[in-house]
Formats: sequence, structure tokens, C-alpha cells
Amino acid sequence: MPAISRTPHPRERRIIFKNIDREGWTPDIDCYLKDGGYEELKKALNMQPQEIVSEVKASGLRGRGGAGFPCGAKWGFIRPGETKPIYLICNADESEPGTFKDRYIIHQDPHQLLEGMIISCFAVNARLAYIYIRGEFPLGAKILERAIEEAKGHGFIGKNILGSGFDLEIYVHRGAGAYICGEETGLIESLEGKRPYPRIKPPYFPAALGLYMSPTIVNNVETLCDVKYIVRIGGAEYAKIGRPNNTGTRLLCVSGDVQKPGYFELETGGVTMGELIYDICGGLKPGRKLKAVIPGGSSAKVLRADERYKIKTKRPDGTTVEEEIGIDDIRIDFDSLAAVGSMAGSGGVIVMDDSRDMVWALNNINEFYAHESCGQCTPCREGSLWMQKITARLLDGGGMPGDTDTLKSAADNIAGRTICAFGEACAWPTQSFVGKFRDEFLAYTSKNGNQQG
Amino acid sequence: MSEPAPLLNVQIDGVWHQFPKGTRVIEACARAGKFVPRYCYHPKLSSPGNCRMCLIEMGMPKMGPDRKPELGSDGKPVINWIPRPQISCAQDIAEGMGVKTDSPLVQECRHGVMEFLLINHPLDCPICDQAGECELQEFSVQYGNGGSRFREEKVKKPKHVVLGPRVTLDDERCILCSRCIRFMKEIAKDDVLGFASRGSHTYLTAHPGRVLDSNYSLNTVDICPVGALTSTDFRFKMRVWFLKETKSICTSCATGCNTIVGSRQNVIYRQTPRENDDVNSAWMCDYGRLNFHFVNSKDRLNEPQIRSGSTLENVNWNTAFGRAVEELKRYQPDEIAVIGSGRMTNEELWLTKKLIDGLKVTHYDIVPRTGEADDLLLNTDRNPNTNGAKLLGVSSDEPGVKLRRIIDGVSSGQIKAVIALHEDLTQAGLSAPSLEQLGALIVVGILPNETTKRATILLPGVSFAEKRGTMINAKGRLQRLNRAIQSPGNAHEDWEILRDLVQQLTGENGVYLIEDVFKQMAENVPQFEGLSISKVGDLGVRLLGVAEAAPA
Repeated sequence: MPAISRTPHPRERRIIFKNIDREGWTPDIDCYLKDGGYEELKKALNMQPQEIVSEVKASGLRGRGGAGFPCGAKWGFIRPGETKPIYLICNADESEPGTFKDRYIIHQDPHQLLEGMIISCFAVNARLAYIYIRGEFPLGAKILERAIEEAKGHGFIGKNILGSGFDLEIYVHRGAGAYICGEETGLIESLEGKRPYPRIKPPYFPAALGLYMSPTIVNNVETLCDVKYIVRIGGAEYAKIGRPNNTGTRLLCVSGDVQKPGYFELETGGVTMGELIYDICGGLKPGRKLKAVIPGGSSAKVLRADERYKIKTKRPDGTTVEEEIGIDDIRIDFDSLAAVGSMAGSGGVIVMDDSRDMVWALNNINEFYAHESCGQCTPCREGSLWMQKITARLLDGGGMPGDTDTLKSAADNIAGRTICAFGEACAWPTQSFVGKFRDEFLAYTSKNGNQQG
Repeated sequence: MSEPAPLLNVQIDGVWHQFPKGTRVIEACARAGKFVPRYCYHPKLSSPGNCRMCLIEMGMPKMGPDRKPELGSDGKPVINWIPRPQISCAQDIAEGMGVKTDSPLVQECRHGVMEFLLINHPLDCPICDQAGECELQEFSVQYGNGGSRFREEKVKKPKHVVLGPRVTLDDERCILCSRCIRFMKEIAKDDVLGFASRGSHTYLTAHPGRVLDSNYSLNTVDICPVGALTSTDFRFKMRVWFLKETKSICTSCATGCNTIVGSRQNVIYRQTPRENDDVNSAWMCDYGRLNFHFVNSKDRLNEPQIRSGSTLENVNWNTAFGRAVEELKRYQPDEIAVIGSGRMTNEELWLTKKLIDGLKVTHYDIVPRTGEADDLLLNTDRNPNTNGAKLLGVSSDEPGVKLRRIIDGVSSGQIKAVIALHEDLTQAGLSAPSLEQLGALIVVGILPNETTKRATILLPGVSFAEKRGTMINAKGRLQRLNRAIQSPGNAHEDWEILRDLVQQLTGENGVYLIEDVFKQMAENVPQFEGLSISKVGDLGVRLLGVAEAAPA
């Protein structure tokens, strides 16, 4: 796979991506071991599992898959003295449009992921783990399988790992090409051999009733790699990276209308949107102005370039002040992006300049979600295709008065009413695009009539 | 008996109620008079929560700093409402839970889901079998919008799909609630149905290489909330709103599934199961369900007939009875056999026993009828009232034992007269030539067969759908048949035929109504003591000490 950015940008802090595009680096275990690989596993096996959980809690690590749920808290849901088997699943179904980070870890540094997984399994007492990798990554699956064999050969996976008495098997399971398999309960259903229909929560929270109705931890590739690093430096040290409640680094995937798109590992909240676009990604194409940014994968709500955001900032003395900021000043971290009404999501930053037609852009997103809706529950199943058909008709010149409002209300009737977060994923683009670029939609609906709705 | 579940306090639309722990929220709402619309939810199946029609607002008691619920001015817990609407079908109630079934948000959710369900629906109600009993129609009236905002082309899906020998599917009408899939998997234990494709293009289908041929396949039609799954037997035959619904029981085996007979103008169009948790849950088998077409047969026996040489001639009932008595009086009791049927009602069997006793006959039995049982409803005993025949003495404890001796007696010529009630003797081990040797063959039946052809006297009775009476199922439950349609021609109800025969033979009188027959049983048979036909009720009563739990 051709790498987009071979040399790390000076603003980057490469921890997880340390070995990505590294000169002379190969994905085999010898290379990894020469570089000090599996030392954190040895360290972890000499710790109490509960200590590792405590370190992860102290690190403030939040899930890198999209929801940003605190990893330590998730692990803490496993009941002490659990009698059922506990499973750990690495979610390598990286499917959110605009997101292309996990694939580099899988392709170039598979042992980092395995080491993070083995440590995590030891921490939560999982004896069987799966890597659920999207079907579109056939090479990645092969690389992982080879890496697992290598790790087994060195006694890092299998019975009595490094004499610790801890047993673990890891299997690679390939998906069959459905976005919904990235939703953790859909993934679990798929792993069980069924259609990946997400489960209702309650009662099917994975930590209680997950794979085969047993306690199950599902973590993203990047998150599991972070665990290895937390073991190396300790939770407290890790928590110093980034910003409070937004600790560690984040892998950002920048695509769209910038000069130098690519992937970057940055301290969480260490850069603003303006710095990311103009300093790190080389700015927009000549003569172009920024129009919009989708900051966290295609399902995140779009940010309009000329919006002003009122956010509350904590001062060193503990007081909070309300500040009005523009898009360039938004820090790229979980809390800041949530504060401006969007989300950090999966780290996929999609930049759009003023050449972009927002109806076209939304239709592109709608096509994806209409195609990927699993069809289990009514609002998402029917609503996602309806929205796509409306935007397609608008683009086709068939806009009619009322379409804009219908589009928005269809999205409103999906969000918050579905079994899984796909409902929000497919509704948020429409809600935000129509809400923020209403004039562009009205222009399409007025071609055939008046400007109402 | 286990301890009754503790009662929990639940606030529904501002009013506090108490329900047993373990009650589903959706059921609690219904019991509080706040019906929550639903499509995928079925009380007998698992809850997938996929239709989203039952969204409600839910909350739990607000906890104070002491971890105890904060109490409001009314002394009741203050409720912390969850901002997102919740499904009510998959959660049990909890102490102090609050539910809003009619808030603006809930209304908005229902209108939204209704709109989504209808945008790709073909709206072909005028030609849809489900029309009139369609939940899509019903909830549209309450929660739908007057017009459609949908300006796009609808999704095209397969139509008139033959899912199996008895079920036809219209995928465009399907709302993908998965009730049928869950029924086949969870109840029928034949995981044959599933969804294919995805998103709005998802469609129901049988797994490749499989057909929906389970003996329970038609239950999927019953629980389909829309017109997607239709009974191949019933479809396009009759608008459902014209059907007269009569509560009855299935007589095709000893389980006695509770049914509703749908008829119009003396024609039966369908049988559907009626919920009875002591018998059949909410289901019945296809075999029993479809076993009614013979009732509508053009060949039904309409007139009493007596033999004249090689032919049977129509006569009136008095002539037929007179001739029957005349024939029977020619023979000694040990030259006469009475062959009854486990398909007869208790009342008929009671009178049959009177006939047996009046004639002092010792050769009598019923014809056993067995088949392969399954694990769900179908019983090995295909007679619906063997227990009644045993209790009332028309059969010994082992039905068919005495029948073998009767067969021998007829063959040897020792038995010269046979009264056959609703049984084709040629199917019971008697040969047609041996029947021809009989001096008298008095037959009660409803359709021509090899026995009726050889009758000396043929008395037309009625089918299960044309009479009232009671039966005792395999588990000892006394249940009631009700008359759905009128019998054809001059056919008489069997209890009347038997009463008249008894009266002609013994002079015994005083039975004018079927209730009188039951009263006689209640006075003479200890198990019936204190009962009456009306006390049997729609769901029956436990009569004999044979108890088993009904299936799920």
C-alpha cells in the first residue's frame, strides 16, 4: 500500500505510529523484537491484572473507535470472580468513511497490536480473543495471521505464555463487507455466524451479555495499541500526554481538499483545526476557501467554516469563561469537538473547500448509509434510503418545494429512535448539512417552484 | 405453587399502578389501559425491538445523595426521565419506574415510524387479504398521517413468493418485524426463514434449498401483522370482515387446540388458533387447521335413507327410525355391535352408551386412530375425545381391543347387526364383503364411503362445526365445541339422532336440549358433577387429573 505521508510532520508525536513508514521497518517479529518488542508483555505478565486495569483507568484512555468511551471503565464492567468465559475482541472493521488509521497498524506493525491485545486479555482475564477485520482487508488478515503464528512460535500466544500460567488464543475473523459489523454488538452477532444485526441495549451490553452471551470487551485497534504504551510508561505518565479527559495521542486521517492529506499522530487536543489544515496539511488548494469540515468520520456533524462557536473554557484558576471561537480555533479532541456540536469520532477529518456542492456531498454520504443500513429497525432502514433518494432527486434537477423540510424531518425521525448508533450516523449528516447549508438545498428545491422548504 | 411475584410500583402517564415483578413494560401499559402499538413484539416470542413502534418515554426514580429515591410533594418518587425514547417491549418494569405513553415525543415517534413503514409499502389494501385485520391499517388510523410526503419510487421486491406448500409471501408488504422468523426458530424449531439483502432492500425468504413446509407454517400467517404472509388456502377467498367468528376447538387430534372458525353463509373459510395457555398457547398445526374442507363438501349426506334392494332411498326421519328399531329387534343383544367414534362429543357418547345399555349390547368400542406425534401440539391420538369415550364407557381403557372381537364376530357371522357411528368400518378392519353379509347396518355419517354405501339405514349426522357439545382432551381438559354453521339438508345433530334412537328403543324421554344431556351426565358421572355446558366456558376446565404445561 503506498503511504501518503512518509516522513512524520514535525508537529506529530508518534507513539502508536512510531514504526509506520519507518526506514527499514518490516512487519515480521524479528524486526519487532530487535526494536524491543514484547518487553511490555513481559512487564505486564509480572503485574497483577487488576494493576493493569488501574493503570488504564489512570491513563484516561478513551476508546479510539468513535464513541470515545473510557477504556478502563469499560474493562471495569467485567465482574470480579466472573465464572463465564470472558472474550476480548479487537474491532478492526475500520469502515467509517474518511478513516484509514488502523489499516496502517495492521499492515505495518501487527505485533504492536498483538502485544497490546495479549496485555489487555491478561488484564481482563480473557483466554480467547478475536480480531474482527473487515473483509476488504484481505492482506491485513494474512499479515495478522502470520504475526499470530510468529508470536505463538515465540511463546507469546498459546498455553502458559512466557511461563506465566496465562493461556490465550487469538483468531482472525474476516468480515464480509458490511459497515454495521463495526458496531460492537453487530460485530458480535457476525462473529457468532449470524447476520450482524446490532443487539438491543439493554439488555445486551457486551461486558455482560456479549459473545455467546458471555462478558466481552470490544476495543479498537488503536486503543489496544495504546494499552501497550500505558504499560510501558504507566497510566499517570500517559495521562500527561494530551489534555485532561482527552489524554494520549490521536491518529487523525485527513482527506479532502487539502494540499497534503494523510495520517498524523498528534497529541489529543494538541492542535487546532486551523493548525491541522494550514500547518500540517499544507493548507487548501490555491485560490480556494474553506467551506466545511467533517471532523470525525462521515457520520460526524459537519462544521461550517464561517460558524462561530460559543465554548466554555476552564482557566488555570479554576474559573470558566465563555469564549466565541471560529472553526480554526477548535481543538481536535473529544470534548472540544463535542462542545461545538460534533464529535472527534473515528479521527477522520474530511475537509471541503468552496468548490464543493453540499447537496452533492450529502448525497455521497447518504448513498453510503443507505447502502450500509443493516435494515433491522424501521427508522434507519426506511429513512436512510428515503434521504438518499431525496438528495439524489435534488441533484438530478427534480427538487420540489418541501423537499428540504422533508429531508430534515426524516433525519429527525431516525436519530435517537434506533437500535444502534447507525441511526445517528446516518441522520447527523443530513441534520447538519441541511441545517447549516439550507440555502444550497433550497436552491435545488426552488428550481422547479418557489423557495418554500 | 411458587410464591407470587412481588408487586412493583410503576407510574404510567402520571398514575401509579402495581404490577408483578417480571411484567414487560408494554404489558403493564396495556393493563393500565394505555395500549402501546407494536409490530414486532409478540408475547409468545423473543423481543428483538426492531419495529420501534412501541417507543415510550421512560424514567427511573431520581436518587438523592443518600442513594434513596427523592420523594415529591405527593410522597411518590420523583422521576428522572431518560431523554431518548425507549422501547417498551424488551424491558421489564422496575420499582419506581415512570412511563409516558402519550407525550408529544412519543406521539412524534409513532408518527415517524408509521410514516417510515408506509413509504415503501405498496398500499394495496383493496386486494390484500389482511385488510380488515391489518395492524398497519389499524395503527395508521391512530398514528398515521393524512397524506404521504414520499415522492420517490418505492423499493421493488418479490411478490407472490411460494414459501412453502401452504404459505404465500408478498415481500413488498412485509415490514420486516421478524415475527415469522422467530416463530419458526423458537416455537416450531425449524429455523427455515430469514432475511436476505440489507437496508431497505431486505426481504424475507426461506433459506436456500429449504421450503417452509413445517406442519406449523400457517401460524406465521396468523402472527404476520400485515398482509405479507398469506394462507395459500384462504387467500382471495373472502374478505375477513364478512367472516362470522365462532369459538371452537380443533377435532383433528387429542390436543384439542382452541380455535376460531371463520364462516360466512354456512361455508367455512378458515380456522385459526385461539389463545389458551392451558392447551395450545397461541398456535395450532396446519393439519388440524386445514382439516375442515370436508365440511363444505358437495357430497354431504343430506337425507335419511333406507335400503331397498340394491339402492338407498330417501325417507323421512320417522320412517328411518321406525325401520331401524324394526331391524334391531330382529337380533339378540349378542348379535348386535355398536361401533362409536372418538370424534363424537361427550353428549353423543353418553347417549351412545344409553343405546348400548338399552340394547343390552356387549359388543361395542370406538375405532382408535393414531399417527405420529410431534414435540409441539400434534398428539399421537388423532381422536379428539378418547378420554370422553373411556370416561363414559363407550370404550374400554384400551380403545380398539373389543373392536378386534367385533371384526371377528362379523366375519364369522356371529354378529349380524352393526350400528356404526361416524366411522367407515372398512377403514377399521372390516371388509366390505363382510359388511354386505350383515342383516342390519345402521350408519350415522356425514359423507359417503364404503360403509355408507352398504348401509341398510343411513342417518345423516353433522360435522364438528355444525354442533355444540363437549370433549375431553388428552390432558383431561373439558372443552366446548360451538356451532359455526348450519348443517346441510335434513341432517340432524348426532345427539338428537341418538336420543331419538334411544327413545324409540327404550321409551326413555325427557331430553329436549343438549344442556339436558349434559345435565344427565353431571348427575350421573362424578367427574362432571357441578358442571354445565356454559360453565365449561371458552377456555375449558380441568376435568381429569392429567396435567401438563402448554408449550411456550
